[in-house]
Amino acid sequence: MSMQFNRRKFLVYGSAALGSSILLKSCASDTDTADTAADDTATADAGADAPAASGDTIKVGILHSLSGTMSISETTVVDAEKLAIKEINEAGGVLGMQIEAVVEDGASDWPTFAEKATKLIDQDQVATVFGCWTSASRKAVLPVFESKNHMLWYPVQYEGQECSRNIFYTGAAPNQQIEPAVDWLLENKGTQFFLVGSDYVFPRTANTIIKEQLAANGGETVGEDYLPLGSTEVTPIISKIRAALPDGGVIFNSLNGDSNVAFFKQLQGAGLTPDMYPVMSVSVAEEEVRQIGTEFLVGHYAAWNYFQTVETPENEEWVANFKAEYGDDRVTNDPMEAAYIMVYLWKQAVEAAGTTELEAVRAAAIGQEFAAPEGLVTMNVNHHISKTVRIGQVRDDGMFDIVSSTDGPVDPLPWNQYVPETQGLACDWTDPEKGEQFPMEGA
Amino acid sequence: MLQALFGLFDGIFNGISIGAVLLIAALGLAIIFGLMGVINLAHGELMMLGAYTTYVVQLAFRPLGEPLFSLYIFVAVVAAFIVAALVGLALERGVIRYLYGRPLETLLATWGVSLILRQFVRSVSGAMAISIAVFCLLFFGALWVLRKRSDWASMQKKAIAILLPLSLAIAGGSGFLLNQVPILARLWFSTRNVDVTAPAWLRGGIPFGISQLPYTRLFIIALTVLCLIGIYWFLNRSVWGLRIRSVTQNRDMSACLGIPTAQVDALTFALGSGLAGVAGCAVSLLGSVGPNLGTNYIVDSFMVVVVGGVGKLVGSIVAALVIGTLNYLIGSGTIAIILGGSGVEFLQPLVGFFTFFATASMAKVMVFVLIIAFLQVRPAGLFPQKGRSVEA
Repeated sequence: MSMQFNRRKFLVYGSAALGSSILLKSCASDTDTADTAADDTATADAGADAPAASGDTIKVGILHSLSGTMSISETTVVDAEKLAIKEINEAGGVLGMQIEAVVEDGASDWPTFAEKATKLIDQDQVATVFGCWTSASRKAVLPVFESKNHMLWYPVQYEGQECSRNIFYTGAAPNQQIEPAVDWLLENKGTQFFLVGSDYVFPRTANTIIKEQLAANGGETVGEDYLPLGSTEVTPIISKIRAALPDGGVIFNSLNGDSNVAFFKQLQGAGLTPDMYPVMSVSVAEEEVRQIGTEFLVGHYAAWNYFQTVETPENEEWVANFKAEYGDDRVTNDPMEAAYIMVYLWKQAVEAAGTTELEAVRAAAIGQEFAAPEGLVTMNVNHHISKTVRIGQVRDDGMFDIVSSTDGPVDPLPWNQYVPETQGLACDWTDPEKGEQFPMEGA
Repeated sequence: MLQALFGLFDGIFNGISIGAVLLIAALGLAIIFGLMGVINLAHGELMMLGAYTTYVVQLAFRPLGEPLFSLYIFVAVVAAFIVAALVGLALERGVIRYLYGRPLETLLATWGVSLILRQFVRSVSGAMAISIAVFCLLFFGALWVLRKRSDWASMQKKAIAILLPLSLAIAGGSGFLLNQVPILARLWFSTRNVDVTAPAWLRGGIPFGISQLPYTRLFIIALTVLCLIGIYWFLNRSVWGLRIRSVTQNRDMSACLGIPTAQVDALTFALGSGLAGVAGCAVSLLGSVGPNLGTNYIVDSFMVVVVGGVGKLVGSIVAALVIGTLNYLIGSGTIAIILGGSGVEFLQPLVGFFTFFATASMAKVMVFVLIIAFLQVRPAGLFPQKGRSVEA
């Protein structure tokens, strides 16, 4: 055969190759469903495989990605939920009945989440669903839960600007993570901020909030940049940071996934050290520290409600139980803790209501308190919980030194008070007059 | 003045360092796609294998302690080259050689291979590796033995029909049994990204003016230059290099003259794959190492080779440096700053334009647009092949 390429052939095949490689790349980010987490499906109901002898069980749904890109994070949350269910069952269950978990795989695919949510509600007739991680998956199932007037518990910090009657949020609202972090930085680390994020909705929304907040509190946004998801070339960003902050300043990082690794590795190589350029991250927890490499992160900061190093008796017990269940090399982190406490909050609400009937549970859930590993949490009228806010600094062993923590739990504000469109709005589901959005008094 | 000089040097250095990453990623492809004309979509996955090799070498060196541990990176470069070259060799012998001259089938086949390789590192465990080895041993071993028989041609189909399910069953069964042993069932890498740590001497950098030249970047630039010198020497000064060049220029004539073209093909492909492995080792110093590492580089690699022009290594070098520098100048906003500072009146509207493109995402868009425009003018790239054979 002739291997000679003439110009026309080269052009045709060259563009075919380039085109398909682009296609391949773009597919890879979402068709990346191949995963070993499928193994977990087999053992998925391990936490609930001991139904009461009488056969009386309460079914609950667990809906997370067990496969696909998000499975790395979401399977850890499933572990935490199953641990809570197992503990409750061992202590006698709820209303004298054992909890049986029905685990469904959302497969990191948002329409699949909606489909599986429908299945859990209609076919399995679950009492409630614990699930979702990304905002995209939550937005996908929201219409399902609202149209069927069912109940979802959501365990991850998110960008706010939502307050559904059918969802209970046990992760942080922006005023329980991002805003206190900015305040702390303004007070301790300087007023000039450079914002770096991945190029999608959460970092952009978060940075909008931060910019408004800085403008209101005497800070200054000297620059912002967004890296395409998965990109590893951060040299131009580092140059921009150096040009914008020649004498040092604060870097606020909402990068997600692989880009974090490239960012921190190259930041160190470029000589931007934590003493002059402290980085505050909102998506880097214990698990991510292990993956990025502790040596690149030592001295940088993260804001969460929970760190594994929180010193409460509840936390010591929880970490010990978790390691006993899943192995000594595992770590606990903020979303896992939020997932753990939401199962308990639901259990308390059911016990207070004396039934699993949805309206009664929804009403009883409000005001429930739980001595969580992070400290006392309370369910508010806006379906979010009051949480303690902490700032941690990465230390040599990959754990966090807690350098700042609020005196007590901070009340959640789902509608952001720095963004003009939602300023002065609040949410109250106990008062039929108020509901999802109402103007606060004096606003 | 000094400040401006530092700034200029900084810009050039950063441009070169981005270009070097592009170039080292594209070098192997410049050989496989450029010289052989094979569209290898598994190139990124060969890089990924190189990066995982680096990780394994690093783990092996950890118990040795300092100062030996710091030297692991040199062993890793060589190991990555060998591993990727062997996989490339197997790929060429097993798949590609049946598809020469059919670029679209090659494209689909190599895409399939890339998916298989990605899935392989996710799910490989001791048990799985052993059962694959058992299968290869049984199946190919039996074929090898049977092939010596004189009546091989008549029994070929029947033999394969019996051997294939048989060895699959044995391998599958042993895999299932071995999976019961916890230590063998443990995944080697799992889906989680692994942490490759640069040795201590590669962290930090040389202070230079207001900025700092990172050691990792210097290391990658040096590695790229070394690879280039090596390839140049190999292609121009060695016997096999001469054969490769002659086969690329005229395969039939070379075959007539007694050059073993099949061996040359295998060698060329292995060389290109090995270079991909070295690239994987280099980029593991910059970013994370995971099953998807390759997908981040495959587009850029093809872009460099297409812009550079087929069959000319010098084209890839120039293209990588130009794309790298452009990417940096646009992405870091340097163009906007220069235009803004120039004081020339009619340039001022352009400042806003370039400021808009001065983010990482938008710079990529701009570079792509420029490349498309460039390819309209010069469809065959920067350095098209000249001569009668091109139009053949």
